[in-house]
Parts: sequence; structure tokens; C-alpha cells
Amino acid sequence: MDLQELQQIARRERERSRRIRIHCCTSSGCQASDALEIKRRLDEAVSEAGLDSEVEVVGVGCLGFCGQGPMVTVEPGDVLYEHVRPDHAAGIVAAINGGTCEAERGDLHHPFFARQYPIVRKNGGKIDPERIEEYIAAGGYRSLYRAINELTPAEVIDEITRSGLRGRGGAGYPTGLKWSTVAKSRGDRKYIVCNGDEGDPGAFMDRSVLESDPHLVLEGMSIAAYAVGADQGYIYVRGEYPLAIQRLQKAINQAKKLGLLGSQIFDSAFDFRVDIRVGAGAFVCGEETALIASIEGRRGQPRPRPPYPAESGLWGKPTLINNVETFANISSIVERGSAWYANIGTETSKGTKVFALTGKIRNTGLIEVPMGMTLREIVEELGGGAADGGEVKAVQTGGPSGGCIPASLFDTPVDYESLAKVGSIMGSGGMVVMDESTNMVELAKFYMEFCMDESCGKCIPCRVGTVQIHRLLGKITAGQATPADIEQLRELCQLVRDTSLCGLGQSAPNPVISTLRYFPEEYAALVPNE
Amino acid sequence: MAAKTLKINGTMVSAREGESILEAARDAGVAIPTLCHLDGLSDVGACRLCLVEVGGRLRPACTTAVAEGMEIQTNTDRLHAYRRQIVELLFAERGHVCAVCVASGHCELQDLAVSLGMDHVRYEYLAPTCAVDISHERFGIDHNRCVLCVRCVRACDEVEGVHTWDVSGRGTSARVISDMNQPWGESESCTSCGKCLLACPTGALFSRGATVAEMEHDPGRIALIVESRKVRG
Repeated sequence: MDLQELQQIARRERERSRRIRIHCCTSSGCQASDALEIKRRLDEAVSEAGLDSEVEVVGVGCLGFCGQGPMVTVEPGDVLYEHVRPDHAAGIVAAINGGTCEAERGDLHHPFFARQYPIVRKNGGKIDPERIEEYIAAGGYRSLYRAINELTPAEVIDEITRSGLRGRGGAGYPTGLKWSTVAKSRGDRKYIVCNGDEGDPGAFMDRSVLESDPHLVLEGMSIAAYAVGADQGYIYVRGEYPLAIQRLQKAINQAKKLGLLGSQIFDSAFDFRVDIRVGAGAFVCGEETALIASIEGRRGQPRPRPPYPAESGLWGKPTLINNVETFANISSIVERGSAWYANIGTETSKGTKVFALTGKIRNTGLIEVPMGMTLREIVEELGGGAADGGEVKAVQTGGPSGGCIPASLFDTPVDYESLAKVGSIMGSGGMVVMDESTNMVELAKFYMEFCMDESCGKCIPCRVGTVQIHRLLGKITAGQATPADIEQLRELCQLVRDTSLCGLGQSAPNPVISTLRYFPEEYAALVPNE
Repeated sequence: MAAKTLKINGTMVSAREGESILEAARDAGVAIPTLCHLDGLSDVGACRLCLVEVGGRLRPACTTAVAEGMEIQTNTDRLHAYRRQIVELLFAERGHVCAVCVASGHCELQDLAVSLGMDHVRYEYLAPTCAVDISHERFGIDHNRCVLCVRCVRACDEVEGVHTWDVSGRGTSARVISDMNQPWGESESCTSCGKCLLACPTGALFSRGATVAEMEHDPGRIALIVESRKVRG
């Protein structure tokens, strides 16, 4: 494979493509609402109308507006259909030539779409994730070519460092710094690990990226491997994501076949292989050291750091571990340059972030917005406010590790530092919206139950502390607590936060701490004399 | 090997490079409470009792290496309160009833409670009903007394080289299991060497026939075995 061949594939693909494309979302969400049958019926309708030479039906990745799915678009023309049913298919095809269509028309210029800045999700809803040719036609793998042929590994790392990209898994560690640490660590072998063990309740960003654009992640991993000197990569995907696993495997096979993965990529001395490892459903395996133990075939439990995986990771070798979304940013940064990327976002948080907007909100789905957009803009403009005309009360960012931010602080810009300042975290990108009907103590109890169930049991504060906190919250919601119980609750939260071994335990009390801080009246209402 | 100079509780001490804070403190005569640590076994940093303050930040003494100029506090009010809370959590987790326990008087958990001044438990007892396995002809395991320090797992794996023991389940449902979660007596890998008994800090692992307060562990033997192998090897 060389540049000419790559360009040839892209050219052939463009020539093959029909004038009109009907895009039918085939991601998990829409599939659950019969998207595959819709696609089949669309195919039939196109044949019956004799439009085969002009129109093609393409199963594409996630369009993002999941609450309105299944979604179908017709290009050119920016036509969007929402809540499509299989019996709408004939009408959608007929509408191309002016016929009538019963399907509900949506608006691609709706603020939900218009306010977004897609980088990670640039191909979502546009290309068939199961065909590498479409990814290549959309400019794919050119960044990898550029990195290998025009840049030294040090220059690639430099580019990533200057872009200001920070880890999208939650903690926001500077990606370039991590890469350069791995590059400088000594080892006869190095590994790349992609963390796709997305487990926060209400979060589905990484699933969507893996399902909609698997090659984007593979290309990012390959560039990283070239930069740090690794020749083997693993993508750790949770077993609950069968479609993502299937599409990733297909993508790996296709890339291997074209020589974009494997030995001597782009006829260079660079080798890189990628294998999938499927997680068995433990939330804690999203923690990097537990994830590494799990790949090694051991019990998925975290271990104390240092040493960090960058020095001693998989099988004791230097290992670069980044999140799906982080890798999905790489190709665009190499293609368009660090200066372009660093121009997006805020002073300390560059680029965009994908969020899963769920809960009591009108517009449910995935959004990708520049860092620094305020919570108010996200919730009110993109999200359209509370679902049934009610009042939004708070938003939980960062899943069970995050905190609850009250509506009075909605002018907080969404960046790593600002969210930390109000007692929450960026996290991986879950955003659960609550309205007046949500009881915040119940909410805290829900998250605590999640952490309690997912605690691996290794360290005592997390294993037993979360159980005791959960019991106290149960006592409070049952109206049986005393002010002394609240005091004990605070004490336990502090213990678990300060002394737990890994991030799961350290962040588990966040929902309780933040609701105690912002909604003390809801606790007081349940505790006599508080 | 270079030596490092650091401060423990305000006193200058020297330590060997690569040594843990725990080792350096012990060399300097400073006691730090531990539970999952056992000389001769690898450290896992799980019990969190040996947390110390390094420049104000909490670090497990057993898995944190010494560094030049470190300023360590091993016994602040905050640390003492956390340690006591952790021991209380353990007592509340399973059925630790000293009065009827084989290890009473020779129990590290009991010793910790005494040394930390833990005279009562403020948390609700979870009181789960845990199994007792006496299928092995010489030994028994009472999960009611297990604190999941996994010293038995490590002694079996690292010193005996067998790995009969491991952990199944998550959170408070986690249990130490033998082989593929079968009765200990039916384990095909167990060599009946008894090293897990030596290593156990509580009455969880015991010799059959021992009654209240009769079970004396000998955790020092693990280090002795490891050390003597080094000399010979």
C-alpha cells in the first residue's frame, strides 16, 4: 500500500457512489427500533422504483439525535426523517421524486445539530462503518501515511503536545505528555491499549464512536504506535457492546488486508497489529491498571500507581493507554495541525468533547461541542430544556464518579478545571439531566448502589465504606435517620474519597458530597431536626 | 545502591534506594500499622492501614518507594482517625466475634483494634452468613473471619508456587476460594503445606481441632522461608 493506491481506492469509491444516498442509521440505538428492517425496506423500495442506478441505501453510523431515532437522511438535500418506521420506506423513496412521504420530517439545522462541532463524530451518519473504502474516501488513513512518511515519531508527539489534547477518559491527563513518557520509557516491547470499557450509567459516547467509525480509532492507535514505538495494540471493549466488537473486528480485518495494519505499513519499517479483548462486565476494568490485569488474564483489580503503565504496564512493558475518544481525535490533529486544534476550546481544555445527553431532557442523544460551552447552552439550547416542559434542576456530569451541578451554576463552562471547581468532573462524558421530580437523595443512593456493586473488593474503604454509605442513604430516604447519621455519612464519604486505592473508590462519594453541598434542604426534609 | 535521606515524623533518617516507606520506617524504629502486608510476600496496598502523609498527601507506605528529601508523617490525627474507621469497617463487615474465635489473643485484627483504641463499632453490622469449609482433613476456613487481605493467596502462589487460593466475586461478596471454587478438601492443587495458615492474620484459616484462642499463626515463618531460600539459592 502506498499513497497512490490509497488515493485510487478513494477515487474508485467516489466513482462507484450513486448520485443520491439514503443514509439509514444502523447503530445499536436505532437497530433496537428496527433500523435493519427499515434499511431492507428502503433497499426494496429503491429497486421497485427502478432507481438502482441513481440511488443507494447506505447503513451508516450514529447520527446522534438518538431520542428521535430511527433516523434516515437523504443526501444531497439535507433531508432528515425521524421516528422512521419500516412502512415509511416507500414514501421516503417516493419523496426523492416529489412524491408524498408520511415519515416525520426533522431539521438538520436544529440547534441540536447546528451548535455541534464534529471532529470525533465527523463521519457519524455519513459513512458505512463496515466498509473501509468509505472511510478512505472520506480522507481516512492519510494522516497515518503522513505521520509515517513525513514526520518523525518525535514530531508526531510534538504535534499532539502542541494541540493541547487531554485524555478523554475522564482525568484529562495531557495526551502528548503521556505519549512522550511512553516513548522515553525503555523496553524491548511496548504496547498500545485502547480503553473501550465505557461503563458509566447513561454514557454511550465510545460505543457510538466504535460502532460508527472504527477505522478512526484504529488510525489513531496506529499513529500512536508509530510515535511511541509500539508494535502491538489491544482494544479492550466491554462485552455489552456486541455491535462495536463486530464492527471493530471487521475493520481490523479490512485494514490488515489492505496493509494498513500488520507488517511494513505503507511499505515502511513500521509494524503494528491490533487485537480485541472483550471485557466481562466489571465496571472497575475501566480503571487502567485493572484493565491491564484483565488483558493479562488475571482478575480485573486495580493496583497502586506508581509505577504508571507508561513505565510498567501490560506484562511489565511500557504501555500507552488512552480512551477511545482520545484516539479518535488523533487523525484530525495530524491532518489539520495542532494550531487548528488548539484554537478550539478554552485556555486549558482544547478541542471538543462528546457528551451523552440523557435523563429528563427534551433532546436525548450524543453531542460533540467545543470545550468551554456552558452547561446552560448544552442543556437549554442543544438539549431543549426539560422533557415535559418542566424545570431542569441539576445535571450530573461524569457518571457515578461525578457530581451533581445545580441549575444555579449552569453558567459554568464545560472544561476540566471549571467542572472540578464546582465539585464535579468532566468524566468520560455522561450528562444526566434531572428535573424537579427527581429526589436528589434517591439519586445519590442510586449512584452509591452502583459503586457498591461495582467495587472490586480489594481495598477496605471502598469495599465496606460504600456499603455503609448506601445503608445510611437508605436510612435517610426511609425517614429513619438522625442528624448523627448525616455526620457519619460525611465522615464516611471523606474516608472513602481519601483512602481508597483507585479512582472508583476515590470518586464514589462525589454524588453524595455534591448533593449534600447543593441540595442540603432535600436531606433536611428527610431527617427530623437536621 | 545509593542511599536516600528523608524525614519521618520530623527526624532525619537514611534509607536504601528502592526501599518502601514501610521498610525505611521500621529500620528507623517507627511502627506503622499494617494488615495486608506480610514480610516475604509481594505488597498489594489493599488494606490502606499503612497510609502515611507524604508532603500532606496520603500514600500507602508498603508500596511507595522512598525518595530523596521526602517528608513523611506516620501518625497524624487524620491518619489515626482513618485507621480506626477502617478497622471498624472490617469489624462491621463479617462476623468477628473474638469471644468464640480460635485466634483470639493471637489475632492481628484484634491487635489493631486494641492499638488504635477501637473500643466499639459505630457502623451497622452487616452480619452476612458466611460458609465454613472443613472439608480438608487437617485445615479449615471460616469466611466469617476473613478480612480479604489475600495473604493466603499470595503465600500459596508466591512461596509454595501453587496458587490454590484466589478470590471470586466483587465487593463485600468477594470470597477467597480454592481451585475452581470447590471445597478445599477436593482441591487437586493444594499440597497441604499449611503456608496459608502461617500467613493468615485472623482466625479465618485454622488447624482443625483448635478451639477458642488456641490457633496461633506464625506469619514470621513466611519471611524465614523466603530468606533462607535466598541464602541457599
